[in-house]
Amino acid sequence: MLGSAIIVFRESFEAALIIGIIAAATRLIPSRRSWILAGIGTGILGSLIVASLTGRIAEMAEGVGQELFNAGILGLAALMLAWHNIWMARHGAQMARVARQLGQDVVSGNREMSALALVVALAILREGSETALFLYGLTTGGEESLLDVAGGGAVGLTLGVLAGYGLYAGFLRIPVSLFFSATSGLILLLAAAMASQMARFLVQADLLPSLANPLWDSSWMLDNASLTGRFLHTLVGYEAMPSGIQAVFYLATMLLIFAGMRFTRVRPPLR
Amino acid sequence: MKPYLSLFCLLPLVTWAADSEIPLAIRNHQFEPVEVRVAAGQKVKLVIHNQDSTPEEFESHELNREKLIAPGTKANIYIGPLKPGRYPFFGEFHEKTARGAVIAE
Repeated sequence: MLGSAIIVFRESFEAALIIGIIAAATRLIPSRRSWILAGIGTGILGSLIVASLTGRIAEMAEGVGQELFNAGILGLAALMLAWHNIWMARHGAQMARVARQLGQDVVSGNREMSALALVVALAILREGSETALFLYGLTTGGEESLLDVAGGGAVGLTLGVLAGYGLYAGFLRIPVSLFFSATSGLILLLAAAMASQMARFLVQADLLPSLANPLWDSSWMLDNASLTGRFLHTLVGYEAMPSGIQAVFYLATMLLIFAGMRFTRVRPPLR
Repeated sequence: MKPYLSLFCLLPLVTWAADSEIPLAIRNHQFEPVEVRVAAGQKVKLVIHNQDSTPEEFESHELNREKLIAPGTKANIYIGPLKPGRYPFFGEFHEKTARGAVIAE
């Protein structure tokens, strides 16, 4: 029971943190609740499908199908987050101004939310398919009874969701004046983190050189296996032993999104 | 995202030296052999055959790798080039029993 609780917690923790940030960042968009729920539902359904196809995905592309699949998911999610940030740089200030008025630009809010709902679905897809496989293995392997697995899974999931909710609630306490910079800054780091993980999968598939392996080793200070390590790994892409190419992807993504935000920003009119 | 695209265009031009293949098996939630020796400074391909009826996830923080291995299938994992040293790995789904290490020398 403890085994399933720990694994389910680990996987749901990462997805819940991402959903927590997205829920906070979109709190001014009227339709966000149904979009986020749709993303969660799609993600869960998708994980079950992906979990059942694991063997087949792995065999694709000469044995590196799983790496390409994960890299694709991470790349797509990073792209959606980048688009969100650049869009917000243009519309964020205006949205804050009209936030309390009903009937604000629902169409653009929906377009925006569809991109972020996709990120939610992709985050769940990645973590959820692993969880589903693990739980399936536990029950079919006869290691634990179905009741134990379900109980442990429920405990783990609850703790994971609480962590995501805690992050969300913490974000809502940030004063409105700082809110947009705080969330867009965090989403920028989240996108860079995903790009760095994408690079790691491409190195594992032998499609990219690692450049330096590892670039540094800070595992004596903060291990990736620790809870803090995992938290920072998901949110800002912390790696105790990254390869050089991961740093290249991380920094390039940050620079590109930052440049995109600068160029599309609407300057306040001169008096 | 554009720099990524140009990186991908270079991929066909990149050729690697022949990789050495290291076979490993997972049986009863244990790795066999428990320790594998590889040459330092070279890229190596681990070929892991999961002979159990349950899935496993190969994971190593030191090697910076993770990969799901479905029951009855083989997974290729490229590692290295490594500096001399010991690089532990484990099966995340059976962390107590599935433990091993790559030793680069």
